[in-house]
Amino acid sequence: MSGGSYYVPPSSKWPVLGSLALGALMVGTGVMLVHGASGMPVMVVGLVGILAVMWLWFRDVIHESRKGLYDDQMDRSFRWGMGWFIFSEVMFFAAFFGALFYIRTFALPWLDGEGAKGVAALLWPDFTASWPLLEPPDAAIQGPEQTFSPWHLPLVNTLILVGSSITLTVAHEGLKEGRRDTARHWLTLTVLLGLCFIAIQGIEYREAYVHYGITLQAGIYGATFFLLTGFHGAHVIVGTLILIAILARVRRGHFSEDQHFGFEAAAWYWHFVDVVWIGLFTFVYVF
Amino acid sequence: MASHLPPRPTPQQHQADAGGMAADDHHHGPRGLMRWLLTTNHKEIGTLYLIFSLTMFFIGGIFAMVVRAELFQPGLQLVQPEFFNQMTTMHGLIMVFGAVMPAFVGLANWMVPLQIGAPDMALPRLNNFSFWLLPVAFALLLSTLVMPGGAPNFGWTFYAPLSTTYAPPSTTFFIFSLHLAGISSILGAINIIATILNLRTPSMRMMDMPLFVWTWLITAFLLIAVMPVLAGVITMMLLDINFGTSFFNAAGGGDPVLFQHLFWFFGHPEVYIMILPAFGIVSVIIPTFARKRLFGYASMVYATASIAILSFLVWAHHMFVVGLPLVAELFFMYSTMLIAVPTGVKVFNWITTLFRGSLTFEPPMLFALAFVVLFTIGGFSGLMLAISPADFQYHDTYFVVAHFHYVLVPGAVFAIMAAVYYWLPKWTGHYPHTRLSQWHFWLSVIGVNLTFFPMHFAGLAGMPRRIPDYALQFADFNMITSIGAFMFGASQLLFVAVVVLCVRRGEKAPAKAWDGAEDLEWTVPSPAPLHTFETPPHFEPHRH
Repeated sequence: MSGGSYYVPPSSKWPVLGSLALGALMVGTGVMLVHGASGMPVMVVGLVGILAVMWLWFRDVIHESRKGLYDDQMDRSFRWGMGWFIFSEVMFFAAFFGALFYIRTFALPWLDGEGAKGVAALLWPDFTASWPLLEPPDAAIQGPEQTFSPWHLPLVNTLILVGSSITLTVAHEGLKEGRRDTARHWLTLTVLLGLCFIAIQGIEYREAYVHYGITLQAGIYGATFFLLTGFHGAHVIVGTLILIAILARVRRGHFSEDQHFGFEAAAWYWHFVDVVWIGLFTFVYVF
Repeated sequence: MASHLPPRPTPQQHQADAGGMAADDHHHGPRGLMRWLLTTNHKEIGTLYLIFSLTMFFIGGIFAMVVRAELFQPGLQLVQPEFFNQMTTMHGLIMVFGAVMPAFVGLANWMVPLQIGAPDMALPRLNNFSFWLLPVAFALLLSTLVMPGGAPNFGWTFYAPLSTTYAPPSTTFFIFSLHLAGISSILGAINIIATILNLRTPSMRMMDMPLFVWTWLITAFLLIAVMPVLAGVITMMLLDINFGTSFFNAAGGGDPVLFQHLFWFFGHPEVYIMILPAFGIVSVIIPTFARKRLFGYASMVYATASIAILSFLVWAHHMFVVGLPLVAELFFMYSTMLIAVPTGVKVFNWITTLFRGSLTFEPPMLFALAFVVLFTIGGFSGLMLAISPADFQYHDTYFVVAHFHYVLVPGAVFAIMAAVYYWLPKWTGHYPHTRLSQWHFWLSVIGVNLTFFPMHFAGLAGMPRRIPDYALQFADFNMITSIGAFMFGASQLLFVAVVVLCVRRGEKAPAKAWDGAEDLEWTVPSPAPLHTFETPPHFEPHRH
């Protein structure tokens, strides 16, 4: 409810520059995909531009916050904003999980001739449905040779990511109780765990391509595998960058015991990424 | 659509005990073009959205005119079939994502803060970002027209594999432009939700909010829930096209039908995103000009929420002929028919509000009444299409085209026009020219029905949609449709004339521009000063 001191920021150049930079990133990437390397400069300009805009825009927000321009009502606006943003991310991953379940539950059995819709089996009479799908219907598409055991690298990564959610909570508790050293140390540990996760995911991808024959082109198994783990990995990278920024702010003495929504927003995001991983570990690796 | 510049600096009647921060900063703000590029003001951003939307409405309209010119007579007359396909596709994409959605967001920007007594949107810089993504997105989309291989040509629903295996190279750019528009929608929706939930004036409870605010709250929820699904499905297209994945390719174990499921999981809520704010507008306008409280306020809120929830459970009624299992045909048929119940509640409430009202027929009311009648026709043809066995006959015919144009043109677009006529006095300080507005209304109503009513008959007789040429027996229907379309298109120039005239001059409007208007926006001067409600206004809840 409005208390009468709601801060309305003055004109800002970051939004319009940000949209131009994002446009350049899209155009550059598009040109690269369609016409080749000539799109590279535009893509780089766009990428650097959007990162710079984010840096400068968030810097303004942090300055305003530290000048005390934000009241409790503004704090609630940020909370609603971050909460609904994470909900939009949930729906983004829901689409991918939905695709995975649809393929496994309906599409593949139908291709194999199951049920009333099994006429699709006329296309590839020799096809046998299985998951993980090692032999795609059409011989022109080379399936994976084997798949990962969930109990090696994926399990390690699960422990790392779940552990990082715990260390982050410890850091948060430290901040709330004014023990800034605790907060700093455990946040540093969280960032390191995030980096470990990314490194291990990188090793796993290399294994997938070099030894297992799991590639983007290896039929629907490879496609869903890289879609889900790839977008999750991208979110871990973004989350780690956010945590590094928050760590830098903690080291500069930002945040108070009862006002630190920047920290909390980063934590929400990190926990969200963690929960998505548990879904991934369950449905992409184990079952 | 009102390019009126609110005076700056402005005498503030609310400034006395305001924080003053925002006002001070704004008074030293940039001028000229930079003012519009860098603005954080909800009224200026609302105006930008509305101008953008009107521009897109005419660009998409020109594409429709090309389509109708080609279909004026059987045989290929003016354009090649390839280009015809690009025109139908771009018409749909531009109208859905460029005209209707931004118009509603623009109206929300202008009116939601005014209707709930908020000083601005909750996150003003993000608001400006949401807007400026749109010109970038649509410049990219329109640029595909001059790319090698032409623009997207697979229909606005871009079904795989037409949009993957057999698509023109420009499809990658189409995907990126849709990503930009999607980011814009999500961020805009987040802003609107945060504004409504957090910035209401203290004495306004949720169940006191004007229905335009309620319908937008629910619409914003739908946007945040389904725009990411659209982002997901176009990302899978991007991978199929450029990286050799097999999501929509059965040879690799994928399924083209998966595309349709994902697309319509987005697409069906999307059509309610385009109609729920229209319901809100009509629910605000009809009580004003009937001089009665809205009948059944609470049931309107619950009906809107029910429609939103049901919208997630009906998507496969767009896919009845794709080869669904019987149980799915039945489930989606019945769930779709259920939507008629809350929609019927709404139509009943509008009519009951009119019953024994002191009606007057100012331009906004004309459009709102036409909305009730013509949207209901579109609703009934929707009910016909919901019947799965009947849909096997109607599917992909002009009957479908007639149906969704009835809900989108005399539905969504008429509601937008009603809203513009209703709030123009608040935006510009002038009433729209009555005689010209009436001409615009009657030409539009006649044009719209002339265009879309014969499509029902052509469709029932079996004319397929998305074809540049047709069998001779459809010739008369098509000629009538084309004449109606040219008439409707041309009469929109009158709309521009009304708006431009209204910005420049016209009968002066008082703060409360309409006799029966009750909401908070009518307590601020007309035109609304740049900053309003810097301290929360007093709000007297009226009993609904």
